[in-house]
Order: sequence, then C-alpha cells, then structure tokens
Amino acid sequence: MGRIFDFMLPEAKSPTAYSTDGLFHFISEVSLVLLIGITAALIYFAIKYRRKSDDDATPVISHNNTLEITWSVLPTIAVLIVFGWGYSGWLNLTTPPEDAYEIQVTGQKWNWAFKYNTGAVSTNELHVPVDRPVKLVMQSRDVLHSFYVPEYRIKHDVVPGRYTTVWFNAQEVGESQIFCTEYCGTSHSDMLAKVIVHEEDDFDTWLATAVIPGSGQSPAEYGESLVNLNACITCHSVDGSEKIGPTFKGLFGRDEQLTDGSTVTVDENYIKNSILNPGSQIVAGYDNVMSNYTGVLDDEQINAIIEYIKTLN
Amino acid sequence: MKAADLSQNTKTLQVKRFEPTNNPKSHFLNYEKGIWAWMTTVDHKKIGIMYLVSVIFFFALGGFLAVALRTELFTAARTFIDADTYNQIFTLHGAIMVFFVLVPSIPAALGNFVLPLQLGAKDVAFPRLNLLSFYIYVIGAVFTFYAIFNGGLDTGWTFYTPYSIESATAVISVTLGVFILGFSSILTGTNFIVTIHKLRAPGITWDKLPLNIWALYATSIIQVLATPVLAITLLLLTMETVLGIGIFDPAKGGDPVLFQHFFWFYSHPAVYIMIVPGFGIISEVITTFSRKTIFGYWAIALSSLAIAFIGFLVWGHHMFTSGQSALATTVFSFLTFFVGIPTGIKIFNWVATLYKGSIEMKTPMLYVFIFLFLFSIGGFTGIMLGALSVDIHLHDTYYVVAHFHYVMMGGTLIALLAGVHYWWPKITGRMYNETLGKVSAVLIFLGFNITFLPQFVMGAQGMPRRYYNYLEQFEPFHQMSTIGSYILAVAFLIIAYYLLVSLFKGEKASTNPWGSRGLEWQTNTPPSQHNFDYTPVIVNKPYDYHKPMEEFQLGLAENHNGHGEHAEPTKETVA
Repeated sequence: MGRIFDFMLPEAKSPTAYSTDGLFHFISEVSLVLLIGITAALIYFAIKYRRKSDDDATPVISHNNTLEITWSVLPTIAVLIVFGWGYSGWLNLTTPPEDAYEIQVTGQKWNWAFKYNTGAVSTNELHVPVDRPVKLVMQSRDVLHSFYVPEYRIKHDVVPGRYTTVWFNAQEVGESQIFCTEYCGTSHSDMLAKVIVHEEDDFDTWLATAVIPGSGQSPAEYGESLVNLNACITCHSVDGSEKIGPTFKGLFGRDEQLTDGSTVTVDENYIKNSILNPGSQIVAGYDNVMSNYTGVLDDEQINAIIEYIKTLN
Repeated sequence: MKAADLSQNTKTLQVKRFEPTNNPKSHFLNYEKGIWAWMTTVDHKKIGIMYLVSVIFFFALGGFLAVALRTELFTAARTFIDADTYNQIFTLHGAIMVFFVLVPSIPAALGNFVLPLQLGAKDVAFPRLNLLSFYIYVIGAVFTFYAIFNGGLDTGWTFYTPYSIESATAVISVTLGVFILGFSSILTGTNFIVTIHKLRAPGITWDKLPLNIWALYATSIIQVLATPVLAITLLLLTMETVLGIGIFDPAKGGDPVLFQHFFWFYSHPAVYIMIVPGFGIISEVITTFSRKTIFGYWAIALSSLAIAFIGFLVWGHHMFTSGQSALATTVFSFLTFFVGIPTGIKIFNWVATLYKGSIEMKTPMLYVFIFLFLFSIGGFTGIMLGALSVDIHLHDTYYVVAHFHYVMMGGTLIALLAGVHYWWPKITGRMYNETLGKVSAVLIFLGFNITFLPQFVMGAQGMPRRYYNYLEQFEPFHQMSTIGSYILAVAFLIIAYYLLVSLFKGEKASTNPWGSRGLEWQTNTPPSQHNFDYTPVIVNKPYDYHKPMEEFQLGLAENHNGHGEHAEPTKETVA
C-alpha cells in the first residue's frame, strides 16, 4: 500500500506474513527518520562549527540530564513496542491452527522429501491445497538444514534427532520458492524446492495419483523412488555425469579401484555394504563424505535399490 | 612550579611542566635496532606495532578472499571457482576476519601502543606476558594456517555441528589453532585490567580516565570471561571427534543445538570485544578534532560497561530459528533490545559533543563521521533482527550479512582506520598525505555502501547467505555489490600506498599535530623508550579543552625514579 520500504519485501502469500511485514515497515521507517536526523545533525554541526581559527574557544558542556534521560527513555519505549509486536507475531508463527493439514518433511543433503497422509511422497515439490492451514513436521537425516519460504515469512531449522514445525496458509494458487538457509555443504545452494499450491479439488486429484513407494511398484520402480526420496541422486547421477560420488549408470558389474589400491567388482554385497557402511570401501578419486543409511533403509528397500541400479546398465 | 591538590587527605606533590621535544634524538624506534631487538622486545609500543603489522597482513589476506567471493558471485551460476572452493573461501574469509583481524585489531594493536601512554605508565603491568601473548597469537596463526593448507576448512567460521563433525576438512586442527589464539586474548585482557588498576599516573582517578581506557577496560573484562568458554567448546568438539564421546552429535546421543549455545556464549560477547574498543577511539578522535570536552562522560564510560555486561545475556538471539525453547527465545529477544539502548546513548552523546565545537575535518575525523553514519545503520538493522517475527524471515539471509558488515566493518574497521590515522604520527613520527587520506576515506564510504546496501534488499527479498549458486532474480543486487567491493579494494590500496610513502618519506610530525589534550600527545613524538622521561601528574579531566595546554604537561618535579635527567629535584612538601 505504497509504503516506502515495500520494494524490499517479496509478495506476502500467507497470513503468517502480515504481522512481520507491519513490523518490518515500522522499524525501517522509524530508523530512516532517526538516521536522517543524526546525519542532518552531523552535517549541520560540521559546517556551522567548523574551525575558524586555531584559537577557537569551545564552551564547557559536560552533560545535560534532561537530554540524557530523554534519549534513554524514548528509545527504551520504542524497543519495548518492537519487542511486543515481534513477540505477538512470533507467537502466531509458532502456533499452527489445530485443524492444520499435516505433512512430514525430511531435509537431507541435498533435497527435500515430503510425505503426505496417504503415504504418498514427493521430492522438491511440496503440494498443498489453497486456503487451508498446513503444518509441516520436519526432521533432518544428516546435518542441520533450514526450511525457508520468503513469501510466507516462515523459517525453521531442520535438526537431526528432533522434530521441528512450521505452518502457513497459502492464499493463492501458484508456486512459491523454498530455500535451505542453514549451510549444509557442497550443494547447499542447490537445495531448493517449490511450494505448489492447488485448488482443493486439484490437490485431492494430485494426491490420489501420487506415487506411494512400495505400493503397486515393481522392485526396480520402488528402488527408483527410494533413490530420489533419499537424495541419493544429489551425489550419484543416473546418466553418467560426474557428481560427488560415482555414477549409478553402468555401476553394477563394474570394476572399481578403491582408495586402498585394491579393486572390487560391484555386486549386491558391495552395494549393500556401501549403503550401510559407506566409509569402508571408497572408490579412488572420491571423498569419504556419504552418510550412513543403517536404520534408514531396511533390507527390502536396499534390495529394491540394487534392482534399480541393475536396470541402469 | 605548581601544586596539585589530588584529594583532601593525600599528600601534595611538587610538579613542574615538561614540554615534549620535537624530533627527539632518542626514541623507542631507535633505542635498540635489528630484528632480534624487535623479536625479544618487551616494549608495549613495539609489541603493539608487531600486532598491527600482523593484523594488516591478515586483513589483506581476508580482503583478498572477500574480493574472490564477490567475483564468483558476479554471476548466478559458476563464475570461476567450484562450489567446494567457494565454501572454503567464505569460511576462511570469516574465520580470518573475526579471529585474526577484528578481535586483536584495536585492543592488541592500537590498545597496546596507546594504553600505557594514556595512563602515564612506563609499560603494561606484565611486559613479558605481553610478549608471550603476541607469540601465542603467532603460534595460533601458524597452526591454523598449517591446518588450512593441509586439508582446508569448509564449515563456515561458526563450526556448526553436526556438519563440522562430518566434514572431511581439517576442522580439528583449525579449532585447536583458534583455541591457542584464545589464550593470547585472555592474557592481553588480564594484562590491561591490571595495568588500568595499578599503573595509573598520579592524579588519574577513575573520573579522569580517558574514554578509550574505559572502552579497553570493558573489552578486557569480556575477553577474560568469555574466551575460556570458546576454548571449552572447541575442546568438547575435539573430544567428540577424536574420542567419539557424544556431546553435540545426535548420532552419538548429543545435541547440535547445545553447540550453538556454547559457541554463541563466546561469539556474541566477542562482537563486543570487537566493537567496544572502537567506541574508545571515536571518543578520543571526536574530542580532539572538535577541541571540546566530551558530552556525557559518564554516560559513555558506563554504557561501555553496560554493553559488556548485557552482552553476556543475549547470545540466544542467534538461535531464534534453531529449535531452542520458546521461553529462551522470548527472554533473549527481550534482553537483546537492552544492549541497543547504551549503544544509542553513545551515538547521541558523540553527536552532542560536536555542538558548538571547533570542528576540523582531518582524515581521522572524517572516519568518525563515516563511523557514526554506518554504525547507526548497523544498530538499526540490529533492532530489526532482534524483533522475533521479523528475524524469522531475515535470519541467515543477506540481510544479516549486510547487518554485521555494517557493524563490524562500518563500525570496528572504520574506527580502526580512524585510530590508525589519528595515532600514526605518534607511532611513526611522520605525517601522511592528508589529501589522499580524505580521498580514500570517501572512496571507502562509497564503496562500502555500494557493496552492502544492496545486500539488505536482496536479503529481505529472501536471498540466503552462504549460497554459491543463486536465483537469477538476485543477480543485479549481487553485481552492484561486487562492483562496490572493487571500489573498496582500490581505496585500501591507496591507503596502503600513502602510508608506506609516509613511513619512508613522510614529513616529520610535530609532537602534538592535532592539538590534543590527551596524555599520549604530551610526550615526545615518537615516544621515548619508557614513554615519559618523568612521572606525569594529571590535574585535569582528559577532555578539558578549555584549559591551557601547559596544565596537561605536568610531571613530578621530584626525580625519584632515576628518570628525566633534566628534571631538577625540588623539595616535597607534605600537607
């Protein structure tokens, strides 16, 4: 509505943004007024009281209690307003409505996986219905990540070993950008995703057709879903391109030279060992950076991944 | 000859005026010569200079890395380095600038040089400990850089777990280097506290202490109390990685948020280790160049202590999105604003000091004006980030990057530049080119704002920090920022040029080129080996510009320290 700092903020697309934006404008505008005041005083004094001769005598003005109290108390009142305003906005940000639609989020190097109440999953695309509160229950599989949607003004760290939550209520059909904002290594800046906001009916249609891993899939199809869901493909390409780890393309049956100089032929046992104990057999030319998937993937899932890798030959 | 009544119940001292000599034959720089004399010196002035040279070296290195980062960010995708290299460079830029430049810059370099001079002391209380501090700094630096060149570091300067535990880079060696460095900081702080308490010249009561000393005093308290916590944190991190004890790693039963608490318990007070000494320089320079008594002496002195104290209670404001408890988040936000109040009070008092002054816009004063503008922006945006709901949006975006550069570079580094230009004649005995000084100051002001103002905008728009690739929509802001950083680089090269010229060919400085009343200006330039050839006696407050210069050049008439051949002994009368 034509406020001076409007250009700084992205469009607000969730009610979670409104209080934040009001406070952002308030602080920016008050600060601007004060900054102009201070700068004007500096420039005025510098010109008006510039040294005229080396014998200039200056008055002794040691202090002034009225002034000191004024410029202590007024800012205190101002910051108390800011505190209260920020606090109430934050309470709203951290209190999801009880009827919110819940979605499970997993952050991992380097993708976002979303799991819905039907068991359906999606990666790097968060599908939500419009005009309905959505609560995200988030966890990390490896290091710290942070889930950030600028257009909703929401952000929360995603922490291994505990659940954290955020909520929003998308106001219009369309897309909003998701960023990872906690530094998480090589591809931190590529850990991007989109919120895709559907009409209620379209969302139900999408959900009904979305893939539910392991349900009605062949082992190799299941393996492909798992490789996407667990972010394997952020390090291991499936088209032969060079990434952080060896490519899956043509992997099965390949002879790999290991860092200790020995050679291994990739078979079921090698793949399983590399998933459950990734540091033990590192292919020469690569770093020991893969997370351990013990407890994340069970035997059936590992079998499915092996079947999928076989299909890439 | 003049009798100074120091207080009701103490003895009266016989004092006389000691006029400093221009271009003295013997001074601390030619007292002993050769590299060995420098390396084994216990003279606080030489140690201060060695720190200053080290800090300048590391600043050049950190600045070079900054230019490399900005160049990479000129385009949204890869410009000239890959992601892993970029991650290492931003980590090194942060770690070098924080641990090797900002923390030691003002206290250990300028503070070391100026503190005993302003107290009228011959040296710091423990000169050998002071030299030890310097060598610990050197050993910490060598250790850290050895580690960096043998494995690198890609964790960010914050070493957040569990990433730092999993990282394949040399995290442990680097943290040990920083651990060693911490002791240097603790020892310097201890040394300064004792010196300020015990080595003040006759007459320097607490209400006559220069504000620079108050600022260094507050800083030293933080250094002594906060730095051990960093050491403990880094040791715990080492124990976890080397011995496998679960402390911060959830895979071992630890808590990554605990690491953040530990880390910021040091690193937030460390922000005040970096900025509070800058406040001291501003108070000195602003009074000298407006020839006027400071406005609100006690407000400025005590607000330094208040900042030091409250600064310990606000670390959790770095963690509003981390998952710390709701109660903690609320309390930390509330307390954070109360560190803003004393900071605001200082700015208002400095501006009020200019009122009816006799203002001379020399290079150091120009930097003070730049400081007041840039640091105010740093302060206001700090209030923004203290506000809970807004911080959720802005946390870990370029808004934060811009904010702390306005505070650390716009604040501390600009104050350091003011201090270096202010005390340069005292340290080197030579003047620098005033025109080039002003030109580069203006260039720094422009370059700085061109670099960092766009970062506020793109941060509020949602641009996250520590991003190697970024969305096309942010490209214009990044390109403007990169151009600004080149202007800054040019400005710093100009400064390096004219200061080097000054060092070898500069016009000889007179004893007190700025007409300051400060005690450090009442001795020879450069100062003699033991600072004063007599025992100074102080009768006036440090910024009493309405009193004649003679009253600031008094010393004990009685020569009882074996000092000052020319000081004729006279009879001491006891009241």
